[in-house]
Amino acid sequence: MTIELTPQNVYDVAPADLVQEDRVAGRVYTDPAIFELEMVKIFESTWIWVAHDSELPKPGSFKSTFVGRHPVIVSRDRKGVVHTLVNRCRHRGASVCEKRTGEANGFTCPYHAWSYGLDGKLRGIPYPDGYEGVMSKEGMGLKKLRTESYGGMIFATLADDIEPLEDFLGDVKTWIDRFMKQGGGYPIKVLGTHQFRFKGNWKIQLENTTDGYHFPIVHRSWMASVDAETADMMSFMTDPEAVTHDLGNGHSVGQMVPEHSDLDDDDGTEPLQARFAPLVERLRGHGLDDAAIRKLVRSMHGTGFNLNLFPNVSLSSAFFRTLRPISVDETVIEHVAIGPDGPPEIVDEVNRERLRVHEHFQGPFGFGTPDDAEGWDRVQRGAAGAPELPIMVNRGLAREKPSPEGWATSHITDETGMRAAYAHWKQMMSDD
Amino acid sequence: MTDTLTPAPARSAVAIDDPRVRRAIELVWHEADLLDRKEYDAWQALYADDAIYVIPIERDAEDFDDILNMVYDDQRMRAMRVTRMTEGHAIAAVDAAVTVRTVSRFVVTGVEDSVVSLRAAQVLVAFKRGTHDLWAGDVDYRIRLGADRAEDRFVRKVVRLVDADAATPAAGFLL
Repeated sequence: MTIELTPQNVYDVAPADLVQEDRVAGRVYTDPAIFELEMVKIFESTWIWVAHDSELPKPGSFKSTFVGRHPVIVSRDRKGVVHTLVNRCRHRGASVCEKRTGEANGFTCPYHAWSYGLDGKLRGIPYPDGYEGVMSKEGMGLKKLRTESYGGMIFATLADDIEPLEDFLGDVKTWIDRFMKQGGGYPIKVLGTHQFRFKGNWKIQLENTTDGYHFPIVHRSWMASVDAETADMMSFMTDPEAVTHDLGNGHSVGQMVPEHSDLDDDDGTEPLQARFAPLVERLRGHGLDDAAIRKLVRSMHGTGFNLNLFPNVSLSSAFFRTLRPISVDETVIEHVAIGPDGPPEIVDEVNRERLRVHEHFQGPFGFGTPDDAEGWDRVQRGAAGAPELPIMVNRGLAREKPSPEGWATSHITDETGMRAAYAHWKQMMSDD
Repeated sequence: MTDTLTPAPARSAVAIDDPRVRRAIELVWHEADLLDRKEYDAWQALYADDAIYVIPIERDAEDFDDILNMVYDDQRMRAMRVTRMTEGHAIAAVDAAVTVRTVSRFVVTGVEDSVVSLRAAQVLVAFKRGTHDLWAGDVDYRIRLGADRAEDRFVRKVVRLVDADAATPAAGFLL
């Protein structure tokens, strides 16, 4: 059903009806009641990315993060099992961990010293005699979330009854497998994390990752600062092979550099960027053959695609990007730098270059991120005006066709990824 | 959790009115003025060719090669950054916040021949579209003194934000 929005009815329409195939109402960015509903119907009802496997390198490793607005601890226990625990003492509600990452034997509440194991079980209560006949330690552990992983990506959910993670990911799995090939033959590890916040709704960022249309405009200053080979690699605007697929369940992938979609496909003809020549020489000095060197250097900018996973993580070229909704008009973003995990004499050289590439674009002072954030701030500010006017996500609708795999597909500059996300949003936000 | 920096000596052996120290502090204040005025070409000229300008994420870091930083600029990156800030194509720079910064609480951490090292506090207020953002941090400077004041140059500047490892706003200006 299509409802024509007017200044008179825009605040009365049910949230799910604010999203149509080719447009969404600006109210989805600005209405605090919709935000509250999203926290329940989306962030507490589907799989939320919480960590990469490498962030929990050994038993006792932990990372604190959020599932929606719930603070959680992701921990690896002595048997290597990963748990996602609500960071809230079962006694009086204090957080039991305020470190972002680290190693621990367990977690002890600083208020009354209730102590918990890495698996969240309640281990000890000081002066326990007051609890005799009142409570047993059984069942009083930290609240534990269902936790599953695929390809090193760890997700958690507050919803016990939803489909297994692998079913939720579906066709995304192929693309995760491809993304992890940027280790150049080695596994992937997290190298560091940039964090920044912007004054806008979380969905403005969600839309951005597979939005090729903004790139040459917003990122003109970055394009001007990179070498000719890199700029040429990113000149996807007029490349008919550069496409975006709707992968289902709100997920999408934008192939900006189709020839780098599967980094194992290399006929050896693509020249390596000249600025990596000193690295190539050093890697050769470590005994690597040309094929192994090409694998590592061709991956320097990651894979040739941005994979957007609904609702809070994307695997974007050479990094993970996560979003955390704070309020209807504030969002925290993390850009997680990644690189190969292997013998230090080889991967340290490669990762040093990857860190510099990451710093160049990402982070609060990068050559790309502040410009993205400026665009997103502007969307939030402008969307407050004339709320009956829709946000248009119709670009390329008439040229969208199924790929051989059956994915709705259009050009990289089209808004297929946004339509995928909003169709799923509409389904999750509906009353049925 | 409380971040701690390496303990400094109780009191610097070199007085703040040492002529070398005074010149170094004057350079720091001149830089602060240029950055608040967004005069980036003049700012860049205050740096030696071999200088590094760093805003780390790890507050205690000393070696920046193998860690992720917010900014880790050598001469090439500084030049590109100035182009970005001045060419008019970076929407964040075109619409950057107005900034006012104070650099004070100087501690002399070393004076050797013609090189002065300082530690200072920097408090910057950035105003944009009705919002004041606060950027506070310790700054380490190393300054190479030239034949006269006009030839004094930064060889190292490291800005250690109080919230280095937390989420800051994205910035269209420099610290």
